[in-house]
Amino acid sequence: MAKALLIDVTRCTGCRGCQVACKQWNELPGEKTSVSTSWTNPKELSAYTWTHVDFREVPNRAGHPTWNFVHKRCFHCLEPACVSACPVGALQKTEEGPVTYDAARCMGCRYCMVACPFSIPKFTWDSAQPVIAKCTFCADRLADGQEPACAKTCLTNAIQFGERDELIAEAQGRIQATPGRYVNYIYGKDEAGGTSVMYLAGVPFDRLGFKTDISLEPYPERTWEALSKIPWEVLGVAAVMSGTWWIIQRREKNGANSISKKAKR
Amino acid sequence: MKSIADPKQAEVRLNTPGTWLLVALVVVGVSVAALRLATGLGATTNLSDGVPWGLWIGFDVVAGVALAAGGFTLAAIVYIFGLEKYRPVVRPAILTAFLGYILVAVGIVLDIGRPYRIWHPIVFWQEHSVMFEVAWCVMLYLSVLALEFSSSIWEKLRLARLVNFMRMIIIPLVILGITLSTLHQSSLGSLFLITPELSPLWYTSLLPYLFFISAVGIGLAMVIFESFISAKVFKQGLEMKVLTGLARAAVFVWVGYLAIRFWNLIATGRLWDFTWNAQGALFLVETGVGMVLPVLILSIARLRNSPGWLFGAASLLIGGAVLNRLNTSLLGFPNTWQVGYFPSWMEFAVTIGLVSAALLAFKLAVKYTAVFAAYAHKPSTPGLKSAGAVVEAE
Ligand code: SF4
Ligand code: SF4
Repeated sequence: MAKALLIDVTRCTGCRGCQVACKQWNELPGEKTSVSTSWTNPKELSAYTWTHVDFREVPNRAGHPTWNFVHKRCFHCLEPACVSACPVGALQKTEEGPVTYDAARCMGCRYCMVACPFSIPKFTWDSAQPVIAKCTFCADRLADGQEPACAKTCLTNAIQFGERDELIAEAQGRIQATPGRYVNYIYGKDEAGGTSVMYLAGVPFDRLGFKTDISLEPYPERTWEALSKIPWEVLGVAAVMSGTWWIIQRREKNGANSISKKAKR
Repeated sequence: MKSIADPKQAEVRLNTPGTWLLVALVVVGVSVAALRLATGLGATTNLSDGVPWGLWIGFDVVAGVALAAGGFTLAAIVYIFGLEKYRPVVRPAILTAFLGYILVAVGIVLDIGRPYRIWHPIVFWQEHSVMFEVAWCVMLYLSVLALEFSSSIWEKLRLARLVNFMRMIIIPLVILGITLSTLHQSSLGSLFLITPELSPLWYTSLLPYLFFISAVGIGLAMVIFESFISAKVFKQGLEMKVLTGLARAAVFVWVGYLAIRFWNLIATGRLWDFTWNAQGALFLVETGVGMVLPVLILSIARLRNSPGWLFGAASLLIGGAVLNRLNTSLLGFPNTWQVGYFPSWMEFAVTIGLVSAALLAFKLAVKYTAVFAAYAHKPSTPGLKSAGAVVEAE
């Protein structure tokens, strides 16, 4: 069955162990950082930082400011826009859950970056032989029967790995058990047709930098609706054009005949 | 070849300041392109994770394909609908389309991260991808255009057999070309169906249809525009009757386009998303100055029949169409403004170099092939005679 991750923002302490574990497992280089307005470094996801803990200071329901630490990364959509966009099938959704990337196929057209509703895929712009880079859900670890590096590392179990439907039940259980702690919403359960990375949070998701205008219908449907008509369009256009040509050249022939008859007369 | 060149062949002087300026621009463009290939996209462009597609996709590819739409439009008008009076402009239109698509292809090659993998869609199939379909259509249509254009070369070389062979296959070829064009002109719009963050002023599920209809409209405007330029540069005669006929067709197409587009904007309530910001201004310039105004000009017979107004209106339509493609693929995205993307000088240099190369190639083709020579009308006419049948001013 499809694996997933449940990320409980209220449990995260912002230790960024996941960020480091991800770098270590995937052998990603460190990045040159600079002081910024954000409390965290590097500032955001990049081609070399596939998971990132975002620091957000947001007032809670009582109006007191609270820190929220938001672990961000690819959502591994159930019906990923990036996969449907890729012209060469370099991106694939696997049965197990991960959306994987095959650098040997990719030609670097970057349509996946344009198509992803969460703006997740990044590009190694600094390279003359660039690749797309994003979280792989540690597909290699999963194949080996292990859980992703981030989930493995997480001290507070803010990142929980498991079966998708079990995790949804778990999330609903937590909301019911401690309603004061959570907003009543599981982000990712339905977004973009459902994703494999889901979130619980104590403050509204839009305050945490989540996109709240994400369609609940799978994105690939939008382009497939146009693409699936193509065979009919081919037949239709070719038939109409052939027919028009046939009728018109026949009419011209007949016309020419009658003209020549007239001329004779 | 010179000895048998027909005296009626268009007189083209190559040694002019204009030619040398084009050559210089091509040299600069080629050098920057080489630099881009050696050092990568990050080193030469202002693209970033926030704005992964910039000037090259927006102008060279998306606008470029639209500007090359004259080829299939005119091929349909002349070969399929049998409107013979437009035959004189069919060849220049096909040549422009051919050059335009070469430009598009080179633009894509330079824009993708790994240019040497441009052939990947041929072997790795992914038919759920709009990009996959566009890649195939562009490849196939480029081949069709090369064949269509080859007629003028065979005629020039007086290869009667090939000329006759082309005449035999021209109708199926034209129908194939029209089909492929219909598909990918609309698919370039479909590319953005999956990016609903595009401003509501441009995002609509009708994008593929709007792209197709406007492509036909742009094609007509391009042929008018080109004819004026050719008349000036190559001292070809201008047949106003032909051009005003195309202009009338353009009015119908653009009125239809605007009706569908605005009806859709109103019906879906998107028009009320209009705000007075940069995108709002772009929308007004695109639809107002680039579409409504020229359509008004062209629908008044007195103005349509005046060369100056006709040329001006066609130019406005082309500008509006280019802006429409740029807006849909680049400027209509909020990210472009948030990130503050502006193309690097190197991006401009490559784009300008590509356009210059196309202009130069057009000039060479006019000089050395029978671009401005019409096909003989009657199938019974021996192929070779047609080589000299230059269309003259009325
Ligand atoms: S979040 Fe984006 S990159 Fe990740 S699977 Fe979904 S569409 Fe693909
Ligand atoms: S950049 Fe690579 S992975 Fe992304 S859509 Fe293009 S070919 Fe596919």
